[in-house]
Amino acid sequence: MTDTPWDPSMPILEIDQLSISFFTRMREIPAVMDFSCKVMPGEAMGLVGESGCGKSTVALGVMRDLGKNGRITGGSIRFKGRELTTMTEEQLRQLRGSEIAMIYQEPMASLNPAMKIGAQLIEVPMIHQGMGRAEAMALARQIVEDVRLPDPDRILQAFPHQLSGGQQQRIVIAMALMSKPALLILDEPTTALDVTVEAGIVDLVKDLGRKYGTSMLFISHNLGLILDVCDRLCVMYSGEAVETGNVAQVFDKMRHPYTQALFRSIPLPTAHKTSRPLVAIPGNFPLPHERPNGCNFGPRCDYFAEGRCDQADVRMSALPEDDRHASRCLRWSEIDWDAPLAKVVTKEKAAIGEVVLKMEDLKKYYSVSSGSFGGGDEKVVKANETLTFEARAGETLAIVGESGCGKSTFAKVLMGLETATSGSIRLFDENVQSTPIQQRNTDTVSSVQMVFQNPFDTLNPSMTVGRQIIRALEIFKQGSSDAERHARMLELMDLVKLPRAFADRMPRQLSGGQKQRVGIARAFAGGAKVVVADEPVSALDVSVQAAVTDLLMDIQRENGTTLLFISHDLSIVRYLSDRVMVMYLGHVVEMGTTDQVFQPPYHPYTEALLSAVPIADTRVIRKRIVLEGDIPSAMNPPPGCPFQTRCRWKDQVPNGLCDREMPPVRQLQGAHQIKCHLSDEILAGMEPVIKLAGE
Amino acid sequence: MLKFLIRRISVMIFTALVLTFVVFFLTNLPPNLEKLARSEGSVRMTDDAVASWIVENGHGGPLLGRYAEWLGLAPGWTLTDEKGVTRGRCIDVYAEAGSAPTFCGILQGNWGISTFAKEPVGDVLGRSLGATGWLMFWVMMVMVPASLVIGILSGMREGARTDRVLSVFSIASTATPEYVSGVILLAVFASVNAGLSPLLRDWGLLSDRTLFYGTATSAMDKITFWNFALPVMTIALYGIGYISRMTRASMTEVMTQQYIRTARLKGVRFRDVVLRHALRNALIAPFTVIMLQFPWLLNGVVITELLFNYKGFGWTLVQAAGNNDIDLLLGCSVVAVLVVLITQLISDIGYVFLNPRIRLA
Repeated sequence: MTDTPWDPSMPILEIDQLSISFFTRMREIPAVMDFSCKVMPGEAMGLVGESGCGKSTVALGVMRDLGKNGRITGGSIRFKGRELTTMTEEQLRQLRGSEIAMIYQEPMASLNPAMKIGAQLIEVPMIHQGMGRAEAMALARQIVEDVRLPDPDRILQAFPHQLSGGQQQRIVIAMALMSKPALLILDEPTTALDVTVEAGIVDLVKDLGRKYGTSMLFISHNLGLILDVCDRLCVMYSGEAVETGNVAQVFDKMRHPYTQALFRSIPLPTAHKTSRPLVAIPGNFPLPHERPNGCNFGPRCDYFAEGRCDQADVRMSALPEDDRHASRCLRWSEIDWDAPLAKVVTKEKAAIGEVVLKMEDLKKYYSVSSGSFGGGDEKVVKANETLTFEARAGETLAIVGESGCGKSTFAKVLMGLETATSGSIRLFDENVQSTPIQQRNTDTVSSVQMVFQNPFDTLNPSMTVGRQIIRALEIFKQGSSDAERHARMLELMDLVKLPRAFADRMPRQLSGGQKQRVGIARAFAGGAKVVVADEPVSALDVSVQAAVTDLLMDIQRENGTTLLFISHDLSIVRYLSDRVMVMYLGHVVEMGTTDQVFQPPYHPYTEALLSAVPIADTRVIRKRIVLEGDIPSAMNPPPGCPFQTRCRWKDQVPNGLCDREMPPVRQLQGAHQIKCHLSDEILAGMEPVIKLAGE
Repeated sequence: MLKFLIRRISVMIFTALVLTFVVFFLTNLPPNLEKLARSEGSVRMTDDAVASWIVENGHGGPLLGRYAEWLGLAPGWTLTDEKGVTRGRCIDVYAEAGSAPTFCGILQGNWGISTFAKEPVGDVLGRSLGATGWLMFWVMMVMVPASLVIGILSGMREGARTDRVLSVFSIASTATPEYVSGVILLAVFASVNAGLSPLLRDWGLLSDRTLFYGTATSAMDKITFWNFALPVMTIALYGIGYISRMTRASMTEVMTQQYIRTARLKGVRFRDVVLRHALRNALIAPFTVIMLQFPWLLNGVVITELLFNYKGFGWTLVQAAGNNDIDLLLGCSVVAVLVVLITQLISDIGYVFLNPRIRLA
C-alpha cells in the first residue's frame, strides 16, 4: 500500500479489510475482523452495535492506540490517502490531535484533574501549530465560546472537577476542535450524560461539524442518536460490520437479520406491551474466542439455514440498487424483509387491583455541612418534596427524571434504607414511613423488594448463583428445610428463564442480562408484592433490555405485582408503564396515565424531556426543545418553581409568578396532575412533541 | 485554611500531651524511680532510704501533679531539709533559692537536667538534634530525588526492561534493614582487610587505610564526603526502595488513566505526557509517604548513629534509655512526637497544593 496524493473528492478515512487482535498469554483474541468503511469529507459516519462488538476498537485502531496487547493484523487504514498502519510513532503524534481528534465517553476521566482547563486546551495548538502561549489562550477562549459555555474566562481558569458533566464534555469537544481536525472520532460522547444535556451536546456536535466541515466517526449503541447525527452508518456485530449504508436505507430498508432484530428489540413509539411487544434477540452474544463457524449471527438468527450459513466466513456483499449499501448476509436477497412480524404474541393486560401502596406528603430532607472537614454552615437538601401518590396491585408506575431529581431517594425511603422526614407511607394499610429496614418484620421486607441498576456489582462475586437465591429464601423465612428451599430456588430459576444448571455457576460466568435475571429471582424470592426496579435495564445492551423487560412484565402479570419502575429512559417507560410520575429537583411535576403524560398538555419539563429523547424511527418528527444550562443543585434550588431557570414557557406566566411562588398541584382531566403556573388556555394550545409523518 | 490550621494544631497539642503523659508514666514507674535513687544516691541504700530519697527529690506525690510540674503548669516542688537548705525543682536549675521562679517546666523552657550528661537536657537535645539534622538533610537530599526518579522511570512503562531492573534494585534495597546494609557498607567500603579498601591500596590508588571512614564521629565537627557518605547511604537506601516502589505504583496507575490517553491522543510527546500530565498526579501518593518517612527515619537514625558512633539524636535516645535518664528520655520523646506531628501537618497542607480536588475547610 503506497501513499497516494489526496484531494477533497476522495475519502478522508478509508478502512479496508481491517483486522485487529488482542494477544493474551493464552491465545489471540480477534476483536475486529474484515472491517471496511469509508468516510467522505464532511460526512458523519455512525458505528453502532452492542458492547463488545468492537466498535471502540476500530476507533482506537484508527488512532493506532491499541495498547501493549493490541495489534493490527491485517488490512489498511488510510487517512487522506496516507497509510496509518505503517506510520512511525512520530508521524502519528503529529497527526493525533491536529488532524484526527477524539471525544471520549467519560468527560471527567478524560480531563487531567490536576491541570487547569486553559492549560489543557492551549497545549493542542502549541504542540501542533507552534503557537505562542497568549495567542493559544485567545484561541482557547474563542473555542470555549463556540461550544457555548458561559463565562469562558472563568472556565479557562477552572479545574475539571469544578464543572458539571455537561460542561466537561463541552471542554473535551473544545479540546478536540482546537486545531480544526479533519476527522473527529466520538466514542459514546453522551452516554454518561442526562438526556436533556445530551440533546444540547448532540446539537452542538452537529452544528460544529457543519461549521468546520469536519468528518465524524460517531460511535454509539443508541440507534436514535445515530439517526440524529449521522449521514451513514455501519452496524457491527461480534467484530464484524454486518450492514453498512446511508441512514435512511439502513433504517427503512435493512438487509441484515441482526439489524432487523435490533430494531424490533428497541421500544419505538409503535411498540406496545400488549399489542406489539418487543422481540428480544434469542441467545447471547458469542465470546470472541467462541465465535461460531460461518455467520457469527447464525445461532441467533431467525433465517438461519443449516448447511449454508454455518459453512464458510460470510463476505460483505453490495446491494446493487442502493448507494454504497452492503450486507454481510448470504440470504439477503431471499428474505422477505417486509413480512410482518411472524410470531407476534399479544399478551393480556394485567388486571389492576386494589391500592397496595399509598404515600402522602412524603418529605425527605438531608442536612449537610458545607465544610469538607465537618463544621461550616448546615444546609438542607430537599431530596423529596411532598410526594403524594398511590400504586395498585398489578400496576406499573414509572418514575422518570434526570440525575439528582430525587427518584433514588424515594426508593430508599420506601425500602426503609432511609426514614422519611415527614409524611406517611402506607403499605398494605401498615405505616412504614418511620420504620427503618432493620426494624421491619420479615413479611414487610420480603414483600417490598428491589431490582438494582448495575447487575455487575450487586451479586456477591464469591458465591454461586443458586446459593445467593437460597440465602434470600432463608432471610425471608421461606421453606422449612434446605431441600425445600433448593427446590424453590430451582423454581425461581425457571421463573426468570435461566437454565437450572446455572445455579452452580459463579456470577462472573454470567452475562449482564443473566446476572440481572438472578437479581430479579432474588427480589421475587419472598413473593414480593411491590418491586422497585431502579433503572433495571440501563446497564444492559438493547437486545438484552427487551428480554429483561419482558421478563419483568411476565412475572408481574402472573403474580399481580406492583412495579415501581425508576428510569430516565422515556422510550422504555412509554412501552411498559401504566402510569408515569415525572420528577424534577425533588418535586413531582407531572403525574398521570402514560397516554396523558405523553400527550399534550405537558408540563414544560416533560415536554423538554420528551423532545430530548432520540428515537430510532425515520418517520418520527420531533420538535427540538433544547434546555439551556444544567440542572440546578439540590443544595441551592432556585426560588419559586424549581424548573423556572430552564423553562421556555416562563414568559407566558404574568407577573413573574414563576420566580416567586411554587406552583400548586393542579388537576387536569382524569387523574392527570401537573405542577405549573401556565394558564389552561396555554396548556390546551400545546402541540405534541412527537408526530409520526403522515399522521 | 486558618480554621483548619487552628484545628489541626489543637489536635496536635492534645496528642502531644497524651503521648508525653504515657512516656512520663512509664519512666516514672516505682521500680524505675528506685533504680534512679540507687544510681544517684548510693547503691547500698536501704529500702526506707530509697523511699525517702524519692520523696526528697521531688519524685513523690501524685503522678498527675508531677506531670504538671514537669510541664510547668504546677509550681515546682520545694523542700527545706532539717539543715535549713531549701532545694527544689526550680532551685536546682537556677541555683539561687530566693530568686528562683515558681514554675519551671518545659513550657518555661526548662527541660530538666540530664543525669547522664550532667548538663541541662535542652543543651544536650539541641546539640544532638543539630547533628541529626545534618544527617537527615543529606539523607533527604539523596533519597527523595533518587527514589522519585527511579519510581517514575520504572512506572512510566510498566513491565519494560527499565522497570524490571529498577524494581529488582528497589525491592532488594527496601528488603534490607539498616543494620544489615550498614554492616555490608562498612565491610565493603570501610574495612581495612575486606572489601574494596585493601584492593585499592594494593593498586596504589588509596593512601589512607580505608576508602571511607568507618565512624562518623569526625563529622560532628566537619562533614566531609568520606566520613558522611556511609551513614547517609545506610539510611537512604532503605527509604529509596520504599518510596520508589510507592512512586512506581502511583505512576503506573496514573499512566493507565483516561486523561493520559487524552494527552497521548492530543499528540503530546511521551516525555511531556510523563512530565506535564502524569507527574503531578503521580506525586500525590508518594508525597504523603515521603512525609511519613521522616518519623520512620528516626528509627533508622538510632541504628545508624550507633553503628557509626555519630552523637546525634538517636545515639542520645539510646544513651538516655540505657542510663535511666528520665528527663532526657522525656525530652527525646517530646521531640519525636513533635517531629511526627509537624511532618504530618506539612504533608496534609502540601497535599492540598498538589491535589486541587481537596479543599481544606
